[in-house]
Amino acid sequence: MTPQLTLGPVLYNWAPEHWRDFYFQVADEAPVDTVFLGEVVCSKRAALFDPYLEEVVARLENAGKKLVFSTLAEVTSTIDRRLVERVAASDEFFIEANDASALSYLDGRPHAIGPYMNVYNEDSLDFFAGNGARSICLPPEMPASGIAAMGRQAAELGLDLEVQVYGRIPLALSARCYHARAHDRTKDSCQFVCDKDPDGMVLNTLEGRAFLAVNGIQTQSYTCLNLANELDELGAFGISRFRVSPQSTGTVAVTKSFHALLNKELSPAEASAKLCEIGLDVPFSNGFYHQQSGFEWHA
Amino acid sequence: MTQLFKPELVCPAGTPAGLRTAVDAGADAVYCGFQGPTNARNFPGLNFTVAEMAGAVSYAHDHGAKVLAAINSFPTAGRTELWKEAIDEAVSIGVDAVIVADIGMTQYLSKAHPGQRIHLSVQAGASSPEAINFYCRRFDIKRVVLPRILTVAEIKQVHDEIGCEIEAFVFGNIGMMAEGRCALTNYVTGQSTNMDGVCSPASHVHYEEDEDRNLKTRLGEFAIDCIACGEHAGYPTICKGRYNVSHKQEYYAFEEPVSLNLTRLLPDLMRAGVTALKIEGRQRSRAYVKAVVSAFRQAVDAYSEGGEPDISNLLALTEGSRETQGAFRSKTWR
Repeated sequence: MTPQLTLGPVLYNWAPEHWRDFYFQVADEAPVDTVFLGEVVCSKRAALFDPYLEEVVARLENAGKKLVFSTLAEVTSTIDRRLVERVAASDEFFIEANDASALSYLDGRPHAIGPYMNVYNEDSLDFFAGNGARSICLPPEMPASGIAAMGRQAAELGLDLEVQVYGRIPLALSARCYHARAHDRTKDSCQFVCDKDPDGMVLNTLEGRAFLAVNGIQTQSYTCLNLANELDELGAFGISRFRVSPQSTGTVAVTKSFHALLNKELSPAEASAKLCEIGLDVPFSNGFYHQQSGFEWHA
Repeated sequence: MTQLFKPELVCPAGTPAGLRTAVDAGADAVYCGFQGPTNARNFPGLNFTVAEMAGAVSYAHDHGAKVLAAINSFPTAGRTELWKEAIDEAVSIGVDAVIVADIGMTQYLSKAHPGQRIHLSVQAGASSPEAINFYCRRFDIKRVVLPRILTVAEIKQVHDEIGCEIEAFVFGNIGMMAEGRCALTNYVTGQSTNMDGVCSPASHVHYEEDEDRNLKTRLGEFAIDCIACGEHAGYPTICKGRYNVSHKQEYYAFEEPVSLNLTRLLPDLMRAGVTALKIEGRQRSRAYVKAVVSAFRQAVDAYSEGGEPDISNLLALTEGSRETQGAFRSKTWR
């Protein structure tokens, strides 16, 4: 089983041109096998990227990337439902389902299950495999012991398992948009104010400690997940796909470091040193993996 | 006012005594869980042993009430046996429905115990007709407990498009994050809401008083609020704390310390086709449960008979603390 590097969907509201140029650079330079596209956080944003979608798809396909379309993680409004239908009902693309709404369009079709789906145990793997899933991205709060048990079951079922190894950690979803709230607006009247924060809006405690990052209806970690030290063990557990979640700076360089790490051209310490230099300028974390508080870092 | 379909009143039971209180106060159904991590209210001193649950079922059935067993957390790989045993026990005791969230446990329940009535927990986060119908088709679920993220208008739309009953929360504590989709507690304390059934565990909450008698609240290492002397404060959770962002200071980034009270929306919810109204609070006192259940019993009975109940006592239940209609009244909450 050759380990694969994947690039998760862009979770933020980047300027559409910047979004396009990012994927052009990914097509040209990033040593990733699979690229996930699609709006996962807010259905209002999806239309902003539509004008560039076709050329981004063409460019990535020409570069030999396998493309997967991720569906919305939380589905409440009619616009949300339409977006899920538009993406998941299309047989043009391979789909990653992030909510059971998408599953209703995927009966019998091979697909992927995304990290928002709450797949915590062997019985869930068994259900999703029987339902047509080919790969499953585990929830980011899963500890090593759970990942190991999942790896054993996935091997029996012929499923590929994926784990996020880099980027801010998705922690929560809400019906309310906290970007809009911070600017005294509502989700419907937001005027896309989340475009001010390409890596999310940092929430500090009253003591001034950076704590969380707000991304529309999503709350993420302030820290940046880094599982460079754990990559070997993940491989031994049978994890075959390693996901880099895009941040606004250095993401392509980050994928190169992880690629080098997978190919033993860099040691974990060297890779982490590089990531520190090129990536998001915030502390690393890997606590969830070690069954500690998620924000913690165990070197 | 015209007569409305009379919904079932589903009430919390944290202990056997609490269950008897709820039944005596007029609950049509009570929901409760076993001790340990198998349910989403895994608090010290709360929940039922197997024998207690069996006793609860006899008591409830003798008084014309149903028992719904919540086995609605997400077992981590390697420890699903505990959840399966809980499901088996609940079924053999004869509970009226088992409330599940994890898709693997839902599959286990439907295969191991065909015919057992299944309710899909709020923790499953099934919020759209497509998602709910998927569970109906695959597992023949009879009822969905809707996440607290929909407006009444959206609930009506869901009702019109799904093949099962709807249970909706109407009263009690309200978290700001969609149910089953929040790892904030785990990020700070190392204990997971989904996997361990805990949210903002008391063991990790600390209060510090400063020289001006302000009370700083901490969860783990992180200060999540600072309460001025005399200011109202609810139980500290990350999603009801105050924070700073670059352009705004000391604001409730997610929500103020409010609790849900949909008393004024009851007739709208009944017209939307909600089968069961759910009251939150398995961790609350018997006195609280008695007051809330009796008040809702009167209000629901009056509305369903076409009357206009005096709801002042229901509104008074949250007096002193702030209340909200949350996502239910209008999309402007979002």
